[in-house]
Amino acid sequence: MRVTFSANGKPVEADDVWEGESLLYVLRERVGLPGSKNACEQGECGSCTVYLDGVPVCSCLVAAGQVQGREVRTVEGLAGEDGELGLVQQAFVDAGAVQCGFCTPGLLVQTDALLAADPQPSDTDIREALSGNLCRCTGYEKIMDAVRLASARTCARGAEK
Amino acid sequence: MEFLRPATWDEALAAKAEHPTALPISGGTDVMVEMNFDVHRPSAILDLNRITELTEWSSDGDVVRLGAAVPYARIIEELSGPLPGLALAAHTVGSPQIRNRGSVGGNLGAASPAGDSHPALLAAGRGVSVEAHSVRGVRLVPIDEFYVGVKRNSLEPDELIGAVRIPVADGPQQFSKIGTRNAMVIAVCAFGFALHPKDGTVGTGIGSAAPTPRRAVEAEEYLRGVLAERGLWESGELLGPEVVQRFGELVKAAASPIDDVRGTADYRRHALAVMARRTLTWCWNDYRKQIRSAA
Repeated sequence: MRVTFSANGKPVEADDVWEGESLLYVLRERVGLPGSKNACEQGECGSCTVYLDGVPVCSCLVAAGQVQGREVRTVEGLAGEDGELGLVQQAFVDAGAVQCGFCTPGLLVQTDALLAADPQPSDTDIREALSGNLCRCTGYEKIMDAVRLASARTCARGAEK
Repeated sequence: MEFLRPATWDEALAAKAEHPTALPISGGTDVMVEMNFDVHRPSAILDLNRITELTEWSSDGDVVRLGAAVPYARIIEELSGPLPGLALAAHTVGSPQIRNRGSVGGNLGAASPAGDSHPALLAAGRGVSVEAHSVRGVRLVPIDEFYVGVKRNSLEPDELIGAVRIPVADGPQQFSKIGTRNAMVIAVCAFGFALHPKDGTVGTGIGSAAPTPRRAVEAEEYLRGVLAERGLWESGELLGPEVVQRFGELVKAAASPIDDVRGTADYRRHALAVMARRTLTWCWNDYRKQIRSAA
């Protein structure tokens, strides 16, 4: 079947999509957006987290046919048009919250969603928000640092305006 | 495999009538796992995401009609007041991403004994019912008749779950779940408890410790009797350790768990007794506070 939807603001089209295929597979293998990672394929790890109509979801658990006509925003969409890193992405780099990097795209999208809803989350809120994203190499301290840094920068940016 | 995308509820029911083996998908948090791991290849997938009324809820003050696809995240945000037990259970489901997609309708459709909604629904009272819709009409299935076997429910092949009707809480409700961490846990076992002061009953629900979710009938009857005979609903006096202990034992006796990868039958029985005692104590303490502040 054919599936058309919007990915990071641009219309995309995928042909010969198998009916049981996931959105994750379509993004990675059919429309050239491999940022979202495929690790567990059962919603356990959060590495494939994307926005679907503004709500963060595991793209491995969305059937491709379900996104027909809808809006998807992936980790690639967090960066600017010119490739400049977004605020959350830069905070992860600056805090050294990336080791092998496989879990990072999911953490970035989930953190972006957290700070959009609550620019100044408590540590408990951060842990709760990221509880569905597994990292198997850094431990979570640097990731916590990165979210706190992103939070501080988000608040500072808000104060400047 | 076919991918069916009805735009309206009537179209969805017609599609289900025409393709009775079609597998409904909404949040996909169960269905897509099976698909990704090739556990299950249905003849057709019936996507319900376009049916907006499934994501709506309403209340007349006595009963909440919860659309089958209202995601857990919204149950927590919007229904913690009228449905406190279900909201607590919803909070233990998966992770934020899963709670953004998963719904009570999906839990009921899958009918896994480990589904987190079930103990809360059972505890909410015998008045809880599932709306089974088909082209033939709407059938109201009492929650006690809904679960019929391991991952089996009483839906007919042409039926879809439209909504669940749940009485608005008239007393404290609690939910407790055992797992290895606070997120992404399939319950080792779970327990839901509710006090219903209006009709002088109590509700229980056992999860992951029997072939189906089930209530602890004798425990409910025992506690109902004690509360009535000793006038405790009116006095709000302490229950005393014997009553709490006995209640825990009866809940434990109501389970028929197995040994599996998540835990042993013995552990599950033990944990159920502990959770039963704790949730009863929490609820009763809250009820006592209410009685006193009202007095």
